[in-house]
Amino acid sequence: MLLIHCPYCDEKRPEIEFAYGGEAHIARPLDPSALSDEEWETYLFIRSNARGRHHERWRHIHGCGRFFNAVRDTVTDKFETTYKAGEERR
Amino acid sequence: MSGYRVTGAGRVDRARTVAFTFDGQTYQGYEGDTLASALLASGVTLFGRSFKYHRPRGVMAAGVEDANALVSVTRGPGRFTPNLRATAVEIYEGLEASSQNRWPSLKTDMLAVNDRLGMFFPAGFYNKTFMWPRSFWEKLYEPTIRKMAGLGNSPTEIDPDHYTAAYVHCDLLVVGAGRAGLEAALAEAGSDKRVILIDEQNELGGWALSDPDQAQWLAQSVATLTAAANVRILTRCTAFGFYHDNFVGAVERLTDHLAQPGSGAREKLWRIRAGEVVLAQGAIERPLVFEGNDTPGVMLASAARTWLYRYGVAIGRRPALMASHDSGWQDAFAMAAGGVTISAIVDVRDTVDDALLRQAADLGIAVHLGSSVIGVSGRHKVTGVEIAANSGTGRKRIACDALMMAGGWTPTLHLWSHSKGTIAWDESLGAYVPDKANENVRCAGACSGQMDLGTGVVVPALPTPKDASRIKAFVDFQNDVTAKDIGLAVREGFKSIEHVKRYTTNGMATDQGKTSNINGLQLAATALGRPVVDVGLTTFRPPYTPQTFGALAGHAKDALFQATRKTGIDGWAQDNGAVFEPVSQWRRAWYFPQDGEDMHAAVNRECRAVRESVGIFDASTLGKIEVVGPDAAEFLNRMYTNPWKMLEPGRCRYGLLLREDGFITDDGVAGRISPNRFHVTTTTGGAARVLAMMEDYLQTEWPDLDVWLTSTTEQWSVIALQGPRARDVLSALDTDIDLSPEAFPHMSVRLGQICGVPVRLFRVSFTGELGFEINVPAEYGPAVWKQIVAAGQPYGITPYGTETMHVLRAEKGYIIVGQDTDGTVTPMDAGLNWAIGKKKKDFVGKRSLARPDIVAPGRKHLVGLLTEDPSLVLEEGAQIVADPAQPVPMTMLGHVTSSYWSEALGRSIAFALVAGGQERMDETLHIPMPGAVHKAQVSGMVFFDPEGARINV
Repeated sequence: MLLIHCPYCDEKRPEIEFAYGGEAHIARPLDPSALSDEEWETYLFIRSNARGRHHERWRHIHGCGRFFNAVRDTVTDKFETTYKAGEERR
Repeated sequence: MSGYRVTGAGRVDRARTVAFTFDGQTYQGYEGDTLASALLASGVTLFGRSFKYHRPRGVMAAGVEDANALVSVTRGPGRFTPNLRATAVEIYEGLEASSQNRWPSLKTDMLAVNDRLGMFFPAGFYNKTFMWPRSFWEKLYEPTIRKMAGLGNSPTEIDPDHYTAAYVHCDLLVVGAGRAGLEAALAEAGSDKRVILIDEQNELGGWALSDPDQAQWLAQSVATLTAAANVRILTRCTAFGFYHDNFVGAVERLTDHLAQPGSGAREKLWRIRAGEVVLAQGAIERPLVFEGNDTPGVMLASAARTWLYRYGVAIGRRPALMASHDSGWQDAFAMAAGGVTISAIVDVRDTVDDALLRQAADLGIAVHLGSSVIGVSGRHKVTGVEIAANSGTGRKRIACDALMMAGGWTPTLHLWSHSKGTIAWDESLGAYVPDKANENVRCAGACSGQMDLGTGVVVPALPTPKDASRIKAFVDFQNDVTAKDIGLAVREGFKSIEHVKRYTTNGMATDQGKTSNINGLQLAATALGRPVVDVGLTTFRPPYTPQTFGALAGHAKDALFQATRKTGIDGWAQDNGAVFEPVSQWRRAWYFPQDGEDMHAAVNRECRAVRESVGIFDASTLGKIEVVGPDAAEFLNRMYTNPWKMLEPGRCRYGLLLREDGFITDDGVAGRISPNRFHVTTTTGGAARVLAMMEDYLQTEWPDLDVWLTSTTEQWSVIALQGPRARDVLSALDTDIDLSPEAFPHMSVRLGQICGVPVRLFRVSFTGELGFEINVPAEYGPAVWKQIVAAGQPYGITPYGTETMHVLRAEKGYIIVGQDTDGTVTPMDAGLNWAIGKKKKDFVGKRSLARPDIVAPGRKHLVGLLTEDPSLVLEEGAQIVADPAQPVPMTMLGHVTSSYWSEALGRSIAFALVAGGQERMDETLHIPMPGAVHKAQVSGMVFFDPEGARINV
């Protein structure tokens, strides 16, 4: 079971306290109706599926409840870093 | 010497004799014996029958790595454990053990005929032989194979034992309490570190238990560690798996060794999070591969030494040794020093260290260098061996009554590999050793490759002048895999060791190849003509040794398997005869049978009561979210399809929630309590999901909105009062709310008090009748419920359950998200276009409603179905076709999602998802069901009171 550092609680906590939230830094378009079908498809469905460094969202759902971002290596399953939502991509 | 027990040797307690039975016969051993040592002491050599060929088998190793001597132990009803290793079963007074995989008895096993039919059971035989005809597999081949080839029987009764579990944290976890593990723990004894020392055996010491020279050091070390307050010692505890971030799973066996197990937990699962882990799992001696190496009495040299020095048991009067490694010579010398005559030492090497030869000469032991055992005589016990020079010449017989084999050592890398540490091939050891760590873990002692056992050579299989295709030289003893099976796999084109493993099943038995992996790898590499490192090694996976399901399940069984959520009114429902059904984690009253009614009679009566007078229903399980803040209306406006900003305080609205892909995910009614406060309801099963979805958007997409979300599902008891007399009942109660239709119209909410407690009173209906949902703080629910029931007596108020609720809503065409939708249904598909705010620029999922696939024709629409035979109730889930005469497989148009008998209409009704359903109105479709194909006509979904006249009263 992984230990995950919650940047809000500033503590490493067991994985069961967290929920995975998919790839990070995919902002919902401000005006979806202005998007073409292809652009909307890209937003909805197309993900990087990275082998290696992966930016992803986690939520400390059984803790503080906050969403945050993480960089995890999908090969080694090791977290490189976690940071608060809204901060620059690392 | 009594039997094979050696006077004065071993750690067993001679003062305490222990009587036990094996296959019904009574034996005696001493406290401290394992089942294996006690039986060996009594002269038993035959312990079991092999998996495939039913060959007689004895014990091969002295520890958990033994592949042969699997036994079953029974302790009364439900307490039957198969496939235990005789070498790891501690005896206690009254132990009842039995052998496995034999019929009618261990000595006379009819299926031993398989051994002579071996030519029909090569590697992969079940893939080749039983392929045709295909239909025979399930009914004939598989059951027959399972009966013939197998392990112990599965228990047939429920395990009455209970199992406990604990989380524990430590700074240092040491796995294995042999010399290296003890030293690692001793280094921190008395420090400020929290240390846990784990060992799978009944006492600490590992190999030191088999070496009297270390006895004094061992006793002192154990005393020091026992006295150290910072060290927790867990014996009879197996660390079975190493998981992320130094998380180690271990099972402690608490009662299996006790004659009186008592009422405590049988086993304890330890979930250990360690700062640092030291793996001191030791090394396992390798068998040698030659014909007859599985004969009872052929065993690892180190095991023979353990039986002598730890248990005081000689494996024979004059055993011989077959070695490719110096360590076997040392074991033979130690045996000789203990009074056991060694009949001969055979070594495959042409030369060995002079010191070994001198010592053998001093002890008068005959030595045969450059030679190999090429056959073993004796079926249930070794009576001699045949040897030959490696050139094939000079065949001769050596009389002996046991054979030790010493093929070198394999470091135990299981947990290291679980932790994803890398491994490197060590040519001198002929084995893999740990390389780079992936966690904060290190190996110590023999499992790190640090061994002081002399040198040896690696021989995939011993040389033999016999025809290699006609002999059985075992590699994997538990799965009956021979050297020629591995050769066959390679000849048939399997080049990866992972494929060779699966084709031959080498290393796939319950011992996970502890004694066979490296030999199998060497054989495969030789056959492929490639270096071992190029062939690779199969993956180690938890558990290190088999563990019970009980230990892994722990308390999570029966009533504790999953939490059962109950509403405050649940007790009343139980007292009043409700039949319950599970709805997500809730248990809900399903219906309330009276006087022996069956479900249909009860539901029909409940439906009539609601339509004709008044019914009362516990709706407390509805998900509830309090949405609060200056931007609450804006937030809901963005989340739901409907418009919310103009909704006045005191009014309610049906809300439809889509996912961003445009499909319906939830629905519910929300009431505006005040300009900045909404009381939002969700489906019973969707509450947590909807709240998580709202939090996601609020936190990550619209952090600028000033809104707070709070789950209030369990804070409110919700009493639905439905039926034409609902207002009459409510009026009879003490309330300050004006209930008149003018003051309190349909789809509105009022705050006030009822029966002296605060209430959020909703005028809403999921039945199509005049209805109220009375929300009171949860703790007042039962009291208010009872007062309403009392006030409703003049009107025959009738409690109803979820089944009646379903029928009533279906009569009105109200959908249930998750039953009538399945994650692929849009608002248009469900006929809910009216719930979409047409003027809204955006909401979650809006853009997707214009996706090409969603606007394309031919989508499945939710429609009503009326059967031609009004008394026939279709099966939910039944498929729908246009033409029942078409050839199979038919083109399926959709399926029935909801189907009931409608008491109000006196006929059946149904909803269905049907391709192009909205264009098929009045069309007749066909529903094949078991026994008959039924006809039904596509209709609208509102079957009862389409004008809604009954609600607005």
